[in-house]
Amino acid sequence: MQAYTEKMREIARRLLKECRVETVIGFRKGSMPMMNEPCLVKSIDDVDQLVWDGNCGINLANYLTNRTDKIAVFAKGCDSRNIVTHIIENKIKREQLVIIGVPCKGMIDKRRIRSMAPGEITEVVEDGENVRVRGADFEKSFPRKDMLQSNCAVCIHRNPVIYDELVADLVPEQQNVDRYEDVRAIEAMSPDERWQFFEDLLAPCIRCYACRNACPLCYCPTCFVDESAPQWVGKSQNPVDVRTFHFLRAYHCAGRCTDCGSCERACPMGINMRMFTKKLEKEALDQWGWEAGLSLDQRPPLDWYRPDDPQDFIK
Amino acid sequence: MGVEPGRVHFSWISSAESTKFVDVVKKVTEAVRAVGPNEKYVKKELKVA
Ligand code: SF4
Ligand code: SF4
Ligand code: SF4
Repeated sequence: MQAYTEKMREIARRLLKECRVETVIGFRKGSMPMMNEPCLVKSIDDVDQLVWDGNCGINLANYLTNRTDKIAVFAKGCDSRNIVTHIIENKIKREQLVIIGVPCKGMIDKRRIRSMAPGEITEVVEDGENVRVRGADFEKSFPRKDMLQSNCAVCIHRNPVIYDELVADLVPEQQNVDRYEDVRAIEAMSPDERWQFFEDLLAPCIRCYACRNACPLCYCPTCFVDESAPQWVGKSQNPVDVRTFHFLRAYHCAGRCTDCGSCERACPMGINMRMFTKKLEKEALDQWGWEAGLSLDQRPPLDWYRPDDPQDFIK
Repeated sequence: MGVEPGRVHFSWISSAESTKFVDVVKKVTEAVRAVGPNEKYVKKELKVA
C-alpha cells in the first residue's frame, strides 16, 4: 500500500507541476483509524497528504459532479465505473479528467474489524496479507482477505475500466464469484417474510441521508426526499416513510449502481441498504445483460428502447 | 420488498382501446380483491393515551 501512496504523490506532483490539472482528488488520513477522507489537493505543498490503503472505500466519482476545473482523480474499479456513468450522464466531461487508475485489492470492513477488536482501536496497519489492529492494551492480526467489505468480497471489476495512467500493475480479477447469493436468499422468501426482512433491516435507520450523500448517482439538485411541494414522501421515521425513501432511492440507482459500497460504508447505523440496489443490479444483468459503467459507448438500459426489451410483465 | 404478487400490474393501453381498458381494470380489481387489503404499507396512527 505504501508503494501505491508513493506513486500517487509522484503522479499528483507531476500533474500539478505541469499544470495539467488544477485539482487532484484523492484520500488523506482521517482523524480516526480506518476513516480516510476524500480530499481535494490544489497545491504541490499539499500533495504529501495523499494516502492509499484499504480505507479508501468512499467513491470519488461523487466529487466530480458538475465541476468545471481540470481534475485528476484516483479511481478504483468501482470509482472508474461511476466516472463512466457520470460522463454518460453529462455530469463531467472526459476532457476535464485525468483518470489515475488504482488496481484495487478490496477495501476493509471497518465495522467488522471494530466488532472483532476487544477494545478501542488506535491504529490499523495493513502489511501485505494481514491487517494489524492495535489498541491501548491489545494487538491483533487478521487475514486481510477475511476482512473485506461485503461488496468487495464479491467484486469482479477491481481494475479500473477507464484510465489515463495507473499507480500499479493491474491485479487479477476474482474468478467464479457468486455475486448474488444474498439476493437469491431474499427472493426465495415469501412476501410476508420478505416484508419482515426489510422491516428489520431498516428499523435502525435515522433518515440522516448519509447513504444518499455518499452515492455518486444521487446528484439531483433537489432530491425527492427534500421536496416539499409536492411532498413525495413523509419526512418522519415512520417505517412506511423510511421504506419509501429506501426503495425509491434504490430505483433511482437502477441500472447505474456499481455496488461500490459507499452508501453502506457511510451509514452511521451500519445498515446494508445495498440489498435494495443489488437486487436491481441483478435484475439489470438478468434482463439486459447490463453491468453499469463498463463502457462509454453504450447507453444504459433505462434510457434506451429496444424492440427486444423483455416485457412479459406488461399485460 | 414483500409486496404480494397480484397487487401490482402493468399494461399498455392506447386511448383507443376502451374495451381493453375495461378488461384490465376488471382483472386488476379481481386480483387485488383476492390479495385483500394492503395492511402493511399503511401508516399506523400513533396511539395517544
Ligand atoms: S467494489 Fe471492487 S473496485 Fe470497489 S473498492 Fe471494492 S474491490 Fe475495489
Ligand atoms: S447506491 Fe451505493 S453501491 Fe450503488 S453506486 Fe451508490 S453508493 Fe455505490
Ligand atoms: S445512512 Fe443509514 S441511517 Fe442514514 S438514511 Fe441511510 S440507511 Fe438511514
